Amino acid sequence: MNYSYYPGCSLHSTGLEYGLSTRAVFKHLGLGLTELDGWNCCGASSAHVFDHNLALALPAQTLSLAQAFDRDLVIPCAACYNRLKGADMAMRNDAATRSQLESMLGFQYTGSVAVRPVLAVLAEDVGVKRIAEETRHPLNGLKVVTYYGCLLVRPPEIAQFDDPDNPQVMAELLRAVGAEVMPWSHATDCCGGSLSLSRSDVVQNLVGKLAERAREAGADTIATACPLCQVNLEMRQTAEPKVPAFYFTELLGLAFGLSDSEKWFSKHLIDPRPVLERVAV
Amino acid sequence: MNSNLVLEVDRLSGQQIGLCYHCHKCTAGCPVVDAMQYGPDLLLRMVALGRDDAIFKSRDIWLCVGCYTCATRCPNGINIAATMDGLRQISLARGYAAGERDALLFHRLFMGVVKRFGRSHEAFMLGLFKILSKVPLMNDIPAGIGLFVRGKVPLLPARITASAQVRQIFQRSKK
Repeated sequence: MNYSYYPGCSLHSTGLEYGLSTRAVFKHLGLGLTELDGWNCCGASSAHVFDHNLALALPAQTLSLAQAFDRDLVIPCAACYNRLKGADMAMRNDAATRSQLESMLGFQYTGSVAVRPVLAVLAEDVGVKRIAEETRHPLNGLKVVTYYGCLLVRPPEIAQFDDPDNPQVMAELLRAVGAEVMPWSHATDCCGGSLSLSRSDVVQNLVGKLAERAREAGADTIATACPLCQVNLEMRQTAEPKVPAFYFTELLGLAFGLSDSEKWFSKHLIDPRPVLERVAV
Repeated sequence: MNSNLVLEVDRLSGQQIGLCYHCHKCTAGCPVVDAMQYGPDLLLRMVALGRDDAIFKSRDIWLCVGCYTCATRCPNGINIAATMDGLRQISLARGYAAGERDALLFHRLFMGVVKRFGRSHEAFMLGLFKILSKVPLMNDIPAGIGLFVRGKVPLLPARITASAQVRQIFQRSKK
């Protein structure tokens, strides 16, 4: 199976290990990822502040590139996924928006590209059975809470993925590789997102509560699927002991026994290796 | 009673604020409401009452992080986060100073970098933010160094083939 790949800006910078581990896991599973040539920023949390059309046109431009291939478009970053999926939905469901974007960007929308998060591809196209079969080093004893943040699941009419209040897909994948997924009620709480620089106090408060609730749930670590959530979780925790945040793809790669995993973990602001050593996975 | 502001926000956001019956679910679920003066529910009421000046002088519309908790929970299907975007656009068009100066600065710098390079570029943007924001200069320097030594903030922006198209998008999206 081959997919088009949109890493988004964060996976070339602060979310480097999310991109590396996603590629490694896909390669291990025999899935092809072809990065779209010439992709641009999705507009993230800022374009929609200024201009609705701009916020649709930026991701629509990338969709126009993806249309050249007969492949689903796979996106790891929650925000990128939301923006590209939102632009796709807008063009799919609203003829006026579609023709406006078509003439602005000089392309014809075909609707042939399915925009999908990495979590969906692994759960639906690969399946938990195969994920379990690939496990060489089960993560037995590692207690995790799953953390989706906002944009993978909200608003549900755009995200159309998992459950906006009580999502399950990440937990199923992590259970398949032997991790113990602890129940908690904060999987889709907000980390404070783009306020991280301008109002770090707000983000520290939100992230602090998430870390506290994760500890209360008995978790050693928080598994994330969003580069902004992950960097906020690691950069904005103030209370000790700090709870490390993994990308779920890193945990899958670790369980598959991929040798690159050490390289991903060395990129974390909160070193996750002591937690892994403690539970000896 | 509908103020002109309702019509303006509805037009920009594609929502119908008039459907709100003030159940407060948006305010109850808002993750940043503690830092707000009014909160989303009261803001919608203030829009209906035409309290333009108080809305645009408050910090609330600039604190919205666009998490869509309100939009997901609204029983009347109002995407309240989208109405916050509409309010921000009106506030800028009317020349108000943003109630959260640095939140707006962040968005401006982010979009400025995207316009120039086609993609975000952390080192460039963070550097400008450090210089131009009122956030104390030394805040986040250790974390920034931590990211840098881990190779996570490349100094040179990637040159992408789409940057000409991106500049064109910025030009054409201005109505």
